[in-house]
Amino acid sequence: MKTTYRALLGATALFALAGIAAAETTITVATVNNGDMIRMQGLMDDFYAKNPDIKVEWVTLEENVLRQNVTTDIATQGGQYDVLTIGTYEVPIWGKQGWLVSLNDLPAEYDIDDLLPAIRGGLTVDGNLMAAPFYGESSMVMYRTDLMEAAGMTMPEAPTWADIEKAAAAMTDKSKEQYGICLRGKAGWGENGAFLTAMSNSFGARWFDENWVPQFDQPEWKATLDFYLNLMNSYGPPGASNNGFNENLTLFQQGKCGMWIDATVAASFVTNPKDSTVAEKVGFALAPDNGLGKRGNWLWAWSLAIPASSQKQDAAKAFINWATNKDYLALVASKEGWANVPPGTRTSLYANPEYAAVPFAKMTLDSINAADPTAPTVKPVPYVGVQFVAIPEFQGIGTSVGQEFSAALAGQKSADEALAAAQALVTDEMTAAGYIK
Amino acid sequence: MARAVSTRRKSFNTAAAWSVAMLLFFPILWTILTSFKPEPQAVASPPVFLGFDWTWQNYIDVNQQRDYLRFFLNSVIIAVGSTLLGLVIAIPAAWSMAFVPGRRTKDLLMWMLSTKMMPAVGVLVPIYLIFKTLGLLDSRTGLVIVLTLMNLPIIVWMLYTYFKEIPGEILEAARMDGAGLKDEILYVLTPMAVPGIASTLLLNIILAWNEAFWTINLTVTDAAPLTKFITSFSSPQGLFYAKLSAASTMAIAPILILGWFSQKQLVRGLTFGAVK
Repeated sequence: MKTTYRALLGATALFALAGIAAAETTITVATVNNGDMIRMQGLMDDFYAKNPDIKVEWVTLEENVLRQNVTTDIATQGGQYDVLTIGTYEVPIWGKQGWLVSLNDLPAEYDIDDLLPAIRGGLTVDGNLMAAPFYGESSMVMYRTDLMEAAGMTMPEAPTWADIEKAAAAMTDKSKEQYGICLRGKAGWGENGAFLTAMSNSFGARWFDENWVPQFDQPEWKATLDFYLNLMNSYGPPGASNNGFNENLTLFQQGKCGMWIDATVAASFVTNPKDSTVAEKVGFALAPDNGLGKRGNWLWAWSLAIPASSQKQDAAKAFINWATNKDYLALVASKEGWANVPPGTRTSLYANPEYAAVPFAKMTLDSINAADPTAPTVKPVPYVGVQFVAIPEFQGIGTSVGQEFSAALAGQKSADEALAAAQALVTDEMTAAGYIK
Repeated sequence: MARAVSTRRKSFNTAAAWSVAMLLFFPILWTILTSFKPEPQAVASPPVFLGFDWTWQNYIDVNQQRDYLRFFLNSVIIAVGSTLLGLVIAIPAAWSMAFVPGRRTKDLLMWMLSTKMMPAVGVLVPIYLIFKTLGLLDSRTGLVIVLTLMNLPIIVWMLYTYFKEIPGEILEAARMDGAGLKDEILYVLTPMAVPGIASTLLLNIILAWNEAFWTINLTVTDAAPLTKFITSFSSPQGLFYAKLSAASTMAIAPILILGWFSQKQLVRGLTFGAVK
C-alpha cells in the first residue's frame, strides 16, 4: 500500500513539474478599438489551436491614451507590452530610436515581398521592417451616384480639384440640407491636419524645404487654403470646423453630403445598408490632383510591432505572424466574407478574384499605390510621410496649425492670417527643437 | 429665531435649486440616454432627446467585448482599499493636528495641500520607474498606495476640520478617566466624529473611483479598473458614442447608487461645522 502511495505521489509531482515546463507564455497586446481588431479578438481560437502555449491578453485603448501609455512604457523600458498597434507615423520615429524589434526574420511563408510596396516602405527603417501591417488605407473620393446622375454629370475615375468643385456646385441644395462636399474641419494633426497636408501635396505645397524652413508663406499653401475655404464655405455643411472623420461619416450616411474625401476604410461603412441610408448609391474615385504629379491622398497603416522592452519577443513574433499573414485574411473571409477582410496590406489579396468583386477593392488599391511616403511632395522634402511629417514634434505643431486652419474655416480669421500664424508658430517650434540653426 | 420666508421666495428658491441641480445632472442624464440609442441616432443632428428607438444593444455589445466584472472588482478594491488605508493614516494625523497642534501645524497642513497643486503628469516617469523597480506596475497594491498618497491631503484636511469641532474637554475627561491614547482615539474621538469620517470615506471612495490618470497609466490588464474599461470604447474609426455611453453608464452606476443611498451622510458631513 505504502508503495502505491509513493508511486502516486511521485506521479503527481512529475505531472506538476511537466506542467511547469510546459507553462504557457502570456503576451500583452495593446490595440486601438476598431472593427478589424475587435473581429480579430473573436477569431483567437484559431491562434490558440496553432499556438497552444501562448496566451494573449488584450488591452484596448483610445488612440491617444495608447500612444501615451506605450511611450511611457517604452521610454522607461517598463516591458508591460509585447505587441503594440501603431501607425505609419510612429514606426519611422520609434524605429529610429531603437524602440522596436526588427521583423526581418519572420518565417519564409510570411512572404514579406507580398506586402504592398507603399505600405512596406512606410514601415521600413534603414532597410528593416519594423512593424507588420494589419490593415492599410489611403483616402479617396466617395460620391453619390444618384445626385451626380440627376445633375447630368459623371465623375472621372481620376478627378482634378476643378472637377470636384464643379460637382460640388451641382450637387448642393442647401434648402434640402444637401451639401455638395463634406471635408474634415476639426482641428488636430490626425483630423484636418492630415487632410490638408495631403491636399497641399497635390497643390505643390510642402511643410518644410530641404533645410527644415517652414513653407506656409509660399504661394502653394495659400492656393491650397484658399481653395479649401472657398469650397467649404460655398458647398460645405454648416459648422464644418467641428467635423472630423466620424461626424462626416454620419453626415454622408444620412445622405447630407454629395461627396466626401476621406479614408478608404470608410467605404465599407457607407456601403453598409445597416448604417447607411445611401448604401446603394455610392461611387468611388481617386483623390483629386492639379496635374502636378501628386494626388491629395494619404497613406496609413495600423501595424503590429514589438517594443524592444518586451521579454517575450518570440511569442510576440508568433502572434504577429498569425495576425498579418495570408492565412489570416483567408480565415476572416471564410468566417465573415471577403468585404470584411482587413484591406490594404498584401498584393495577393488584390489578385484574388473573389476579393476583386468587392466594390471598393480596386479603388483602395489604386489609392494606396498612388501614395509614396518617401517622396510625398512635388518639391523635395527632408521628411517621410504623406499626411504627416514623421518627426516627434509633428503631433504638437500639426495640431497647432490645424487649429489655425480650423479657425479660418470658422470665419474667425482670414486665410492669410491663419497662414502667417502657422508660419510663425512652426518656425518657433522648429527653432526651439534645433532643426533651424 | 427662524426667519419667516414668504411662499413666493420659497418657490423661487426651490426652482433655482432644481435648475442648478438639473444643469449639473444633465451631462449624466445625456450619457444615460445616449447609451440606449442606436449609434446613428447618438450623433444625430439635431440631437434626439427621447423620441429615439430605445435599444439594449449597446449594453449587450459592451458586455460581449469586455469582462465588466473584472474591471469592476479592481475599481472596488482600489477605491475602498486606498480610502481605508488613507483613513488609518489620517485619523491619528488629524487628531494630533487638531488637539495637540504645534507651532508649524498650519504650515504643515498648507504644505500637504500644496502637493495637490502639481500636475500629476509631472511625476509620471519617476513614479513609473519606481513602480517598475518594485514590481508594482499593473498591480492593485501599487494603485492603492498611489491613490492613498494622492488623496491623503484631502482626507487629513477634512478630518482635521471635523475634529476641530469636537470640544477638547471631552477627550481630556476621557484621559482623566484613565483612557490611553489608543482608547481615546478609538472609543471617544472616532464615535463622535462618525458623520465626518463617513463623509470623508464616501467622498474619497468617489474620488478614487473616478481617478483616471494613474489608474490608466499604471495598469495594463490585471489591475485595470473601470476608467480603463471606458477608454477602450473610444474608437478612431466608425461610430462609438452610444457604446462609449453604455460603458460610462456601467462605470458610474455603482458610485451613483452608493451616493444616492448615502446622500444624507454626505450632506451632513460636508456641512458639518459650516454653521457656528
